[in-house]
Amino acid sequence: MSKPGGRYTTSVGSMRRGKMIALIFRIVLAIVVLIFALFPIVWVLSASFNPTNSVVGQPLIPPNPTLDNYRALLNDPLNPFPQWMLNSFYLAVLTTIIAVIITTLAAYAFSRFRFNGRRQLLQSILLIQVFPNFLNMVALFLILQQLGNYLPPVGLNTHGGLLLLYLGGTLGVNTWLMKGYFDSIPRDLDEAATVDGAGPWLVFWVILVPLVRPILVVVGMLTFIGIYSEYVLARIILTDKALYTLSVGLNLFIQNQYSGRWGVFSAGALIAALPVVLLFLIFQRYLVGGLTSGSVKG
Amino acid sequence: MTATAQKGSGGASAPPGANNQPNSITGWIIRIAALAIIDAFAIWLVYMMIGDGIWQLATVLAIVTIGINIIFLRPQLYPLRWVSPGLALMVIFVAYPILFTIYISFTNYGDGHLLTKQQTIEQFESQVFLPADAETYNYTAFKNADGDFMLWLTPRGGGQPFTVTPGGEPVMREGEPPAELDGFTQIPQNRLLVELTALSALRFGAEDDSFQVSQQQFGVAAKYEQLFVYDPAADTLTNRQSGVVYRPVAGTWTAEDGATMQPGFMVTIGTYNYARLFTDPALREPFVMVFIWTVLFAALSVFITFALGTLLAIVFDVPEMPFRRLLRSLLLIPYAIPAFVSVPVWVGLLNPEFGVVSQAIKALTGGWAPGWFADPLWAKVGILLIQLWLGMPYMFIIVTGALQSLPTDVYEAADLDGANPWHKFYSITLPLLLITVGPLLVASFAFNFNNFTVIQLYNNGGPPMIGTASPVGHTDILATYTYRIAFASGRGADQGYAAAITVIIFLILVVITFFQFRYTNMLEERGENV
Repeated sequence: MSKPGGRYTTSVGSMRRGKMIALIFRIVLAIVVLIFALFPIVWVLSASFNPTNSVVGQPLIPPNPTLDNYRALLNDPLNPFPQWMLNSFYLAVLTTIIAVIITTLAAYAFSRFRFNGRRQLLQSILLIQVFPNFLNMVALFLILQQLGNYLPPVGLNTHGGLLLLYLGGTLGVNTWLMKGYFDSIPRDLDEAATVDGAGPWLVFWVILVPLVRPILVVVGMLTFIGIYSEYVLARIILTDKALYTLSVGLNLFIQNQYSGRWGVFSAGALIAALPVVLLFLIFQRYLVGGLTSGSVKG
Repeated sequence: MTATAQKGSGGASAPPGANNQPNSITGWIIRIAALAIIDAFAIWLVYMMIGDGIWQLATVLAIVTIGINIIFLRPQLYPLRWVSPGLALMVIFVAYPILFTIYISFTNYGDGHLLTKQQTIEQFESQVFLPADAETYNYTAFKNADGDFMLWLTPRGGGQPFTVTPGGEPVMREGEPPAELDGFTQIPQNRLLVELTALSALRFGAEDDSFQVSQQQFGVAAKYEQLFVYDPAADTLTNRQSGVVYRPVAGTWTAEDGATMQPGFMVTIGTYNYARLFTDPALREPFVMVFIWTVLFAALSVFITFALGTLLAIVFDVPEMPFRRLLRSLLLIPYAIPAFVSVPVWVGLLNPEFGVVSQAIKALTGGWAPGWFADPLWAKVGILLIQLWLGMPYMFIIVTGALQSLPTDVYEAADLDGANPWHKFYSITLPLLLITVGPLLVASFAFNFNNFTVIQLYNNGGPPMIGTASPVGHTDILATYTYRIAFASGRGADQGYAAAITVIIFLILVVITFFQFRYTNMLEERGENV
């Protein structure tokens, strides 16, 4: 009785014929939607192996596929794609590690300690993330400019400065998610340890951190994908081509519409998208849970 | 650096509560040492900043440092130690920038007003002029192995030549400049132009009696004098050559007769940025158009993705559907690809010359394809098409999840009443669905309201609007509009005005959030009644 499919069928008599027609309709729609969803990807794949570099009248399977575009992509001194990839990776990994540490420490305190201003602090963290950090681009630009006068490694056009801006936003996004997970772990566990004389640090490190590992993975993945895909701040802060991340650099291959190098761009697009798509598919189960609880990806 | 302090405190195994005392001496020592390092560093930084007049950031850093000290020295605040690293970063790089944006929106900050007042004074005071009666010299430049310069000066009016080094006394010489002199080598004429910038920045001779080479007149040096003098008491800059006195008016040095000098400096100008947004037609009209498109863009993006996502969820989420899991994974791929990759890919597909989509449309229509990037309307259609592609998987997944949680007994009752499928969808499924995913739709609206990446990467906000006072395109949303005003303009950046628009975005976001919270509560109450 609780079959969702039964919702829209009415009379029992015409059920079989109706079901057949409905199934054909479902499959046709699935094919149409799949073509819409996947043809850009197929096109990019095809273009990346096409040596002619002209997209006009290109057959789906290139007659003589080569790796020329990939070779050109990796050996272009003007557009150092491998360097951009390295930059993207190490910025995203570094941000992720620090962000996870910071958020876990905060979530533990919010979940396990009761103190004055706890509620207000939690609510402020929730409210402040209403304003995406990049909207303050003018202010952030100025702040890094000012900081850079005294601390050159975190000034404008540095990865250090960009990292600080990314880290500033981490607490707001993930504290609630993480705190919720901490809350789901029975307090009896740490109370027992406390009775045995363990301090808060020991309880946190030895008992709770191993138990909350799944949420650390989720927060880590979300942070990595978010930072890896971040475009606005990287675009504003980084001016030196060698410091670019993939999100800023990739577009350079096709910036000029008429001399666009689609083959090389396609190869780059595939390589750039691959890590995130793989992460997404591997951690699909966790991330879909995160999606339905309200996080929107950039 | 705060993270170190955090770990240091870890050794102190204080139980939470009012009367906890750190009982480990090592932990206490590490904590104090870490605080000392942080404090020393912060004092140095704040001291330097105040010296340069950067008092806002200095204040924030001072407050954060004091806060960290209080948190780590008072046992009652023990729980806050765990929060402090994130909190410090959030205060400096999220909360303060919001306040700073509001502050900037009340200033004239922008091209021509980028410096502090002190910096402009220093800049003017470094300018020099050649007094009418001054003697001029022909010079020959020398350079030694350390990169130091020396000038050989011959008075143009005739007289004995001499050499002089920066900071040194003139040394009388005889005859023509030799190739080598006191370890210095003469710079040949053809190399002189390369060295001219470095050379003209130097003052040769004693501080108050020095020679400079002219940048305008090649080969000529003279005793230049300081052109501007600042009088702190009267707050004026006086041009010693012309005698004109300049006073600061709204961040610009202005003379009696209204003549002004560049650069000006940053100063608060009240609500001017907001006032001209509403009163200056050349600014107001593009702003209104951008505003309308921003709301339309966000609303339509949510609507079309939600509509398609719901259709797909209803059609595919039935037991008899083959390959359901595979279909789901495949449909997820567009969502998994970062927008910085997929938007340029779509730009390629739509390219009027080479793009597959445009080619296909041309083949169907006999040569006509939409102006995806040149036509204001079609550019918007193109963006929404991409939005549909990007957002459909998200909606498909959340609606699938929500549908599975709907109660089934309502449908049985509706079946008994003889309701048709459309009726059932319209009067049961949709209202129940909106209760579950309503807040997510509002969140999606807020996200797209500021979807900078898609707009910027599609066409840089273009095609451009014609005849506007600020650079703006037909597909610009408020977030990209502020970017264009603040950074990407060839007509002079106007950060103060950009910040004013950001503040307006903030106000809109506050309204959306308020609505979202109210709506969530309202829906929850209704949900309980169903």
